[in-house]
Amino acid sequence: MSVRKLLAVIAGVTTLATGVTAQQTLQINGAGATFPNPIYSKWFSEYNKLHPNVQINYQSLGSGAGIRQLTNQTVFFGATDGPMTADQLLAAPGKVLHFPTVLGAVVPVYNIPGVTTPLKFTGALLADIFLGKVTKWNDPAITKVNPGVNLPGTDITVAHRSDGSGTTYIFMDFLAKLSPEWKQKVGVATAVNWPTGVGGKGNEGVSGLVSQTPGSIGYVELIYALQNKVSYGSVQNMAGEFVTASVEAVSLAAAEAAKSMPADFRVSITNAPGKGVYPISSFTWLLLYENPKDKAQAKAMVDFVKWALSEGQKFAPDLGYAPLPESVVKLEIAALSKIKVS
Amino acid sequence: MMQRDTWRKLLSSLFVGFCAMSVLVALLPLAFILFFVVKEGIQALDLAFFVHMPTPVGEVGGGMANAIVGTLILTSLGSLMAIPIGIVSGVYMSEYAGTRYAAAVRFAADTLNGVPSIVIGVFVYGFAVLPFKQFSALAGGVALGIMMIPIIARTTEELLLLVPSTMREGALALGATKARAVFTVVLPAALPGIMTGVILALARIAGETAPLLFTSLNNRFFTTRLDQPIASLTVQVFTYAISPYADWHRQAWAGALVLVGLVLTCSLAARLATRRLERLHAGR
Amino acid sequence: MRGRDLGFRLGTGAFALVLIVIVVAIGVELTRQSMLSIQKFGLTFWQTTTWDPVAGDFGALPFIWGTLYSSVLALLLAAPVSLGIAVFISELCPAAFKQPLIFLTELLAAIPSIVYGLWGIFVLVPAVRQLQVLTPDWLRQVPLFSGPPLGVGMLSAGLILAVMVIPFTSSVAREVLRSVPVSQREGAYALGATRFEAIRAALFYARTGIIGAIMLGFGRALGETMAVTMVIGNTPRISTSLYAPQYTMAAVLANEFTEADTELYTHALIEIGLVLFIITLIINVLSRMLIWSMARSAKPRTQPAARPAAAVA
Repeated sequence: MSVRKLLAVIAGVTTLATGVTAQQTLQINGAGATFPNPIYSKWFSEYNKLHPNVQINYQSLGSGAGIRQLTNQTVFFGATDGPMTADQLLAAPGKVLHFPTVLGAVVPVYNIPGVTTPLKFTGALLADIFLGKVTKWNDPAITKVNPGVNLPGTDITVAHRSDGSGTTYIFMDFLAKLSPEWKQKVGVATAVNWPTGVGGKGNEGVSGLVSQTPGSIGYVELIYALQNKVSYGSVQNMAGEFVTASVEAVSLAAAEAAKSMPADFRVSITNAPGKGVYPISSFTWLLLYENPKDKAQAKAMVDFVKWALSEGQKFAPDLGYAPLPESVVKLEIAALSKIKVS
Repeated sequence: MMQRDTWRKLLSSLFVGFCAMSVLVALLPLAFILFFVVKEGIQALDLAFFVHMPTPVGEVGGGMANAIVGTLILTSLGSLMAIPIGIVSGVYMSEYAGTRYAAAVRFAADTLNGVPSIVIGVFVYGFAVLPFKQFSALAGGVALGIMMIPIIARTTEELLLLVPSTMREGALALGATKARAVFTVVLPAALPGIMTGVILALARIAGETAPLLFTSLNNRFFTTRLDQPIASLTVQVFTYAISPYADWHRQAWAGALVLVGLVLTCSLAARLATRRLERLHAGR
Repeated sequence: MRGRDLGFRLGTGAFALVLIVIVVAIGVELTRQSMLSIQKFGLTFWQTTTWDPVAGDFGALPFIWGTLYSSVLALLLAAPVSLGIAVFISELCPAAFKQPLIFLTELLAAIPSIVYGLWGIFVLVPAVRQLQVLTPDWLRQVPLFSGPPLGVGMLSAGLILAVMVIPFTSSVAREVLRSVPVSQREGAYALGATRFEAIRAALFYARTGIIGAIMLGFGRALGETMAVTMVIGNTPRISTSLYAPQYTMAAVLANEFTEADTELYTHALIEIGLVLFIITLIINVLSRMLIWSMARSAKPRTQPAARPAAAVA
């Protein structure tokens, strides 16, 4: 009795599941960076409101996962803040194109109970902290850069990413430019062999760790610091100023790069020259195959990217991202036409 | 002499005390966890939770409607795969209990039971996701099904062995084939117990996260398609729990409450069913 | 007649074959997909501590260390408690409380791992952090208690694993104790034994089965993923400190699998999965052998097992 009923119910559910509703909606799966997740999730949600039959399911698993799953073709598009290396591009079964979507900032977040003045950091200092060479908050290296701030003798707990992360890449890129020891010892990549510290999954994990662990320091994308009310410090740029991350400061970082953008859009803008520039800025990219198999998804994605580069940009400042320079957008629209949609 | 006796009695009392304490020590975390899940979860449980989809990062007011449906679909898929295979395997193991082959099957079932669910997830990724270049609800269902099969098989086997041989022999004496005897007489007699085993297996996999991470992935949207990634309560709770957003934490507790409620209801139902079964058997 | 019975046997046998096929397939697939790593690193994979995805240098020793440390810690905490529960329920408990207590301990097993993890992050870790902050300085000098007060780390992982393992070990121990012949205990009481001494005799008789129960719990702890990864700190480092964040095999697999960006990286991770599979296989086999051998040597049970599912766990 009950077995038959159970089977009937299961049969019914399965029929429903493979049912009619499936036909009309186009579902596009993507995976990648947590860095732009706040704005991507906003974009995909808004775009779905405008085009209800296009569901872009983005999973923020980390840039490393985005590149990997794109190469395995288990997702249609990837997202990363660390551009694919030559080896990774070679490993992909087809040509992969990079499309910058927004600009963001990586900020050093910290949690020191009792310290309310924003701290200042230099690149070399950050490198030493993350290398494990500076271990206490009242170390002279820190107090020298922050005169007048009463720093306690608490141990510094470093929080970093446990997953493959473009945010890590951006941060490493910056540290490597300012600390030869970092460049040699650890390197620049989405996942490195961390000299010290605790691992958190995603930007979310690191901001979570820092907000819950007194005496900790980490690095996250700006919006994560803002949304979770975690303190973040200012960083010294090439011009010697200590700049706090902001939409304007990040835009200035991109201004130089916009003039000489390479054709594949893979460029680093950390430690960019100029006044008022925030030194740990970066583009973040969507990764698309030039000749994907599923043409319907390709067309839908191309339409989406066009929307993101124009309409979508207005959502950026509220979420702490800087919109792309006009010149870059023009170049990208031209590059989009390379994608074979039929 | 007297001193030795007092010491022995004291030791015995201490031991009894220790055993009683152990029960408390074990029940304390249980009470603690249930208390927190209920306390935090109830506050977050509202209609929106059951009806809304997830909202963009940082925005309040989303829900886990897609995840709840997703868990139901995934467990249904797993059951669809595991129930026939599990029950029939159990039939084989009980009918041909003495054979070497049955022993091998039993060994395989026990082994599979002990394999960490993350390893099963990796395995299913290799043959159900990678070759098809697609994360899918189907792959997730397969992973959960693989975990259910040994539980159902072993329960079915043990219960079938409990059915008095007189029933089987009676059917055979009346001229039934073995197949007929088993499927129309023995199996229905053991059915309540088997259903209990199925419910227990369901309760176990409804709470699994690891095997779904690389198979059904997750989905921000509502979908019932089997060939696409699908949301699930467990993966969603995980994603929200490790996030830094207070609203997501709130929803994670609510999701945990729903999960625990689901699992506990199944366990309770299975328990009551078993007690009825025990009483029936004792009556005979 | 015979033909149809043969059909029945072959038909049901084919379904049963699925179980064997799955287990063999898992072993084969895992081996096949970790060949690159096996060939490149061989045995040194298990001896090196560097886990460097950038340089392509993979050594899994920190994960083995973390897995063993957390599981052994969990067992040290869980085994006495589980045995105490098993003894209490089967020997000392008033009949009215038996069923409810059994139900309650099984509730512990029913709680999903992710819920343990959730509770771990928001309740256990802050509590452990407080404990760490309150540790006196002189105690901090001992390597076992050294390190900054993070909350996440080996202690939290061990505690959560212990709680998760208790229901399994105690329910199997309870079954084992049930199969000790009544004559054992009655003989002891007849000789004037106290409760403790009689129970001790029963425990001694059942010792192989009890070791099996403990090993079963150990096997469970080895493979636990979600709850552990949320509280252990996810840092591949070998440390004797309870307070240090570390990493287990199951946790690294869960965290890094989807993003391993080179073939070698993926294969190294799968090799870890392969070893996890083999270890749990061996432990499960050994523990079940111990339990069955003990049950077989005891008098055959006169009542049917009322809770078959418990033995299956």
